[in-house]
Amino acid sequence: MEDQKQIEAFEAKIASGVKIEPKDWMPEAYRKQLIRMMSQHAHSEIVGMLPEGNWITRAPSLRRKAILLAKVQDEAGHGLYLYSATETLGIDRTELLEQLHTGKAKYSSIFNYPTLTWADIGAIGWLVDGAAIMNQTALARGSYGPYSRAMVRICKEESFHNRQGYEIMMHLAQGTPEQKAMAQDALNRWWWPAIMMLGPSDDQSPNSDQLMRWKVKMESNDAIRQRFIDRTVPQADFIGLSLPDKDLKFDETTGHYTHGPINWDEFFEVIKGNGPCNAKRLKARSDADKKGRWVRDAALAYAEKKKLKAA
Amino acid sequence: MSQDSQWPVWEVFVQANPGIPHKHVGNVHATDAEMAIQNARDVYTRRSEGISIWVVPANAISASSPEDQGSFFEPSNDKPYRHPTFYKIPEGVKYL
Ligand SMILES: [Fe+2]
Ligand SMILES: [Fe+2]
Ligand SMILES: [Fe+2]
Repeated sequence: MEDQKQIEAFEAKIASGVKIEPKDWMPEAYRKQLIRMMSQHAHSEIVGMLPEGNWITRAPSLRRKAILLAKVQDEAGHGLYLYSATETLGIDRTELLEQLHTGKAKYSSIFNYPTLTWADIGAIGWLVDGAAIMNQTALARGSYGPYSRAMVRICKEESFHNRQGYEIMMHLAQGTPEQKAMAQDALNRWWWPAIMMLGPSDDQSPNSDQLMRWKVKMESNDAIRQRFIDRTVPQADFIGLSLPDKDLKFDETTGHYTHGPINWDEFFEVIKGNGPCNAKRLKARSDADKKGRWVRDAALAYAEKKKLKAA
Repeated sequence: MSQDSQWPVWEVFVQANPGIPHKHVGNVHATDAEMAIQNARDVYTRRSEGISIWVVPANAISASSPEDQGSFFEPSNDKPYRHPTFYKIPEGVKYL
């Protein structure tokens, strides 16, 4: 049983806005929850490289290709910041990756959808990175020092991801009728998954009281979702694309958009592993790990040999 | 077969501009110092965040322990006379 005094001191510290650092005392439940969340986030960054990486060789211009490469490279960086932040909780990366490959750890549901056309790259930057920013700016205020610092860094980099995506959509929407239709089709397919990636609605996501008190979670999923919708709808209007929700309307009294019902069955199916690309994504990750193994071993052996020679 | 290695961890310090201290920014995995510096450049300075990088094997760093934070730093708490504000200087005295 954890000492009540320790817990009280820990909670007082958090309430006063002091960050918890790796070597500080923390409740086991706090550590476990953070490992779960942070590793899930790290996995999402690197699995997220797959759907976009799919279009690097087929980007429509050199400019777009350089931008997409830089974006995907950023995501690799985000994965690294987050794995290293997770390692400060006393778990190592080999174990984290194993949890991903065996399906024990999850990653964001959104990356289990396919990128069928170039417009999907626009939709992802605009909507998926846009939704991620909403979530991550909230998490940057969280109580765990290394996670919060990683979020601050990541948020700075995300804003270019978001804008380059919107720019792609804008250009397509102003292009030929075919290009506009392609942008609209991508928006139709990505809108609902983007809304869902912010997590189950508040009445379906239990025990968040403690997580809020511990500043592991900073805001409810629905609150973040609402902000995302409120900010994104006018952006779609501006470029003349329509959102695939006939119930979407602005409520003058609340100042917020109300939206139609979300298909949570689809969300939970994807989380369970039954989305369109789950198997493909996991296989790509675990193949990369297996096929890279000899490179890691050889590089280490070479470094050791060099050290011996120098000695 | 040996255990899969993710390579040793190196802590990374970046100097953002000339004349200011190197600051800890995070870590990277690498087989040796040279690779650690290259990886650190790619991970932590993609947007000209630095002009110099230090890498240090993570296991070479010794740290004070947070449990003794109170007693460890206590000796300086009862020495307010180390601060200039401790001294009362009459008004009108300049450059002091
Ligand atoms: Fe990212
Ligand atoms: Fe992210
Ligand atoms: Fe991103």
